[in-house]
This record gives sequence, C-alpha cells and structure tokens, in this order.
Amino acid sequence: MPQIAQLGEFYASQIFWLLVFFGITFFVVGRGMVPKVMDTVASRDNQIATDLKAAEAARAQADAEEAAWRARENANRAQAHGFIADARAKAAAATAERIAGTQARLDAEIAAAETRIAQARRNAAAEIEDVATDATRDILSRVAGLSLDDTAVRGAVKENLVHG
Amino acid sequence: MATEAKLDPMHQFQLEKLAGADWNIAGYNIAFTNSALWMAIATIALIVFVAGGMKRAVVPGRWQMAVETFTGFIDGMLAANVGKNGKKYVPYIFSLFMFILFANFLGLMPLGVVGVHAFTFTSHFSATGVLAILSFAIVLIVGFSKHGLHFFSLFVPHGTPVAMIPIIFVVELISFLVRPFSLGLRLFVAMMAGHVLLEVLSSFVISGGNNGPVMFVIAGVPSFVLMIGICALELLVAGIQAYVFALLTCVYLNDAENLH
Repeated sequence: MPQIAQLGEFYASQIFWLLVFFGITFFVVGRGMVPKVMDTVASRDNQIATDLKAAEAARAQADAEEAAWRARENANRAQAHGFIADARAKAAAATAERIAGTQARLDAEIAAAETRIAQARRNAAAEIEDVATDATRDILSRVAGLSLDDTAVRGAVKENLVHG
Repeated sequence: MATEAKLDPMHQFQLEKLAGADWNIAGYNIAFTNSALWMAIATIALIVFVAGGMKRAVVPGRWQMAVETFTGFIDGMLAANVGKNGKKYVPYIFSLFMFILFANFLGLMPLGVVGVHAFTFTSHFSATGVLAILSFAIVLIVGFSKHGLHFFSLFVPHGTPVAMIPIIFVVELISFLVRPFSLGLRLFVAMMAGHVLLEVLSSFVISGGNNGPVMFVIAGVPSFVLMIGICALELLVAGIQAYVFALLTCVYLNDAENLH
C-alpha cells in the first residue's frame, strides 16, 4: 500500500503541495471569483424582484386608471341619460302647452261661432216675426179691410209663433 | 517485472518524483510528485471552469449557468445547515467541494487510452488528511473565537443528567476528536477502493485474454461489462464523496457557529 509505504518519504511533499494548490484554489477561485459570481446572481435576483415589483405597480396603476375611467364613464352615461330625460320632459311639456293653447283658441272660436249662430238664429227669428207681422197685417187689411195697430198684430203673431 | 507491476492494483497509487528531488524546506523534502502534478491540474481546471462563468451576464449562458448552479448549490447547503451566518464560509466550502470533485473526476478520466496515467491524489490520506485537518481547524478556531471556553458545552447535550455529565463529556469529546480522521479517511478509502476494484477487474480482463479465448469469454467479458457499470458507480461516488466532505464540514461549522 503506497499510501503507507511511501508516507515517510513523501508526507512533507504531499502536505506542502496540497496546501499550495488548495491555497491557490481558495484565494483565486474561492475568494477571487466566487463572490463575483454570487454577486451576479444576487444582482440578477434583485433586478428580477425589482422588475416584478414595477410590473405589479404598473398593473395596479392600470387597474386604478381603468376603475377611474369606468367611474367617469358611468357618470357621463348617467349624465347623458339625465339630459335625454330632461329634453324629453321639456319637449313633452312644450307639446302639451301648445296643444292646450290650440285647444283654448279652438274652444274660444267654437264658442264665438256658437254665439254668432245663436245671434243669427235670433235675427232670423226676428225677421220672420217682422215678415209674419207684415204679412198678417196685409192679409187682415185686404181680406177684412181692417187697419190694425202694428203693435197688436206683432203681439198676436209673436204669441202664435211661440205657441204655434 | 514491468508487466507484473502493471497487474499490481496498488501500483496506481505509487508516488513518483517528477522534479525537485533535492528541494528541501527546513530539512523536509518537497519534491514535485505526480500527486502534486494532478493537484496542479485540478487547480488549473477549476480556475478555468469558474473563470468561464465570470461573464457576469444578466441572462447567463450555459457555462455561466453551470458555475452559478455550483455556487448556488454551496450557498444553499450552507444556508440549510448553518443558516444566515453560513454565507461567509461559501468561498471555503466552494473551494473544498470543487477541489475534491475535480480531483475525483480527473482521477477517473480514461487518459490511459492516450498513454497518460491519471493520478487520484484524493486516494492518499496524506492529502485528504490535510483537507480534513484544515476543516477541523476552522471549526475549532471559529468555535473558540466565537464562544470561548463555552464551546466545551458542545460536549454536554441539553438535558443530560448531572451524574452523567462526566461520562457523556468524554464520549462526546472522543466523537468530536474522531471527526477529522473520519472526514479524511472516508474520502481516501472510498476513492482508493473504487480504483482498486477497477484495477482488479481490468486485470481480470487482461489475464482472461492472455489465457485463451474460453477464459476471455468466461472471465474477461463479464469483468469488462461489470467494469462499465462500476465506472458509472465510481463517477457517482466521486460526486457523493466531495458532497459528503463539504456537507460534513458544513455540519461541523454549524456546531461551531450556532452552539446549542
């Protein structure tokens, strides 16, 4: 077994060179390079975490903006609805007013016309009375030779027209 | 003699001086061996691998992704076992895990095909022991500097009856002191056993072939099929042993960092 058989001859060399080369490994690789590699990993992890946080913040902001936009949009829509209802009410009121006005005018015209008709009828009735009185007086004077008082004849005619 | 050596399953663990046979520090010989060469190769391969993942791109490529997966794996292991205080041990645990992993995998590379023989220095306890003692020393330093003598309360679990404290203390102390040995020996034994097994099976293939076609079919071919399976298993063991070494170091660090 050379490990034991050669121990006396080589142990100093083994220990010395192992310390030398492990020392080089430790100081060059372990102390020199590994911290830089770990730094790279840490900075990458850091950057990923930062980016994720920024993305999260951006998403939250987008959500907030969307909610605000939605609220604004809803308000606008409600306002528009209000405008439409208002306009509709106003238009309906105006129409009702105009109809009422026209109705009133028509009613007045109808009333006036009716008054005129009544007047005309009364006039016509008076004229018929006159004509009937004249005719009665003429008939009486021609047939009976009577010359009667105008007022008496008129009274008789009126009585007969009313009751006849 | 040369052919005999090739069929010796332990020959692959033989250390050879490649250079500096007369290099000495304070009387200790520090010749550059094949083991040291593969430590250097593992170090360079690891530096190249991690350097390839240093583009620091926000959107990582495949290579960067691979390196970041390993650092993330170590980071997660420390976070799970030690907690928030474990972050500062990432460089050490990462170096430890990757150094052992690369050493194990490089030792399994089929470089014999092109005439180069890979050497697995993690199959030498003189190497794994250094790593184990290093980890244990860090645990001791962290434990005593953070908790002072209170660190000894680690050896007295909560709710121990007063009468039992002396015995429990000794038992716990022994189990604590065994840690560096179990840590170093586990890796060394696992790596050595796998390589010996592969070597023995490959010697069956060769000897079977040398003893005629019948023996080749009876012994050689099944051994070869088994070798393929064991190679896959060894790749798994290479990863698992590196993981276990790093994980146990994390667990021990947790004791020192978060004393109950």
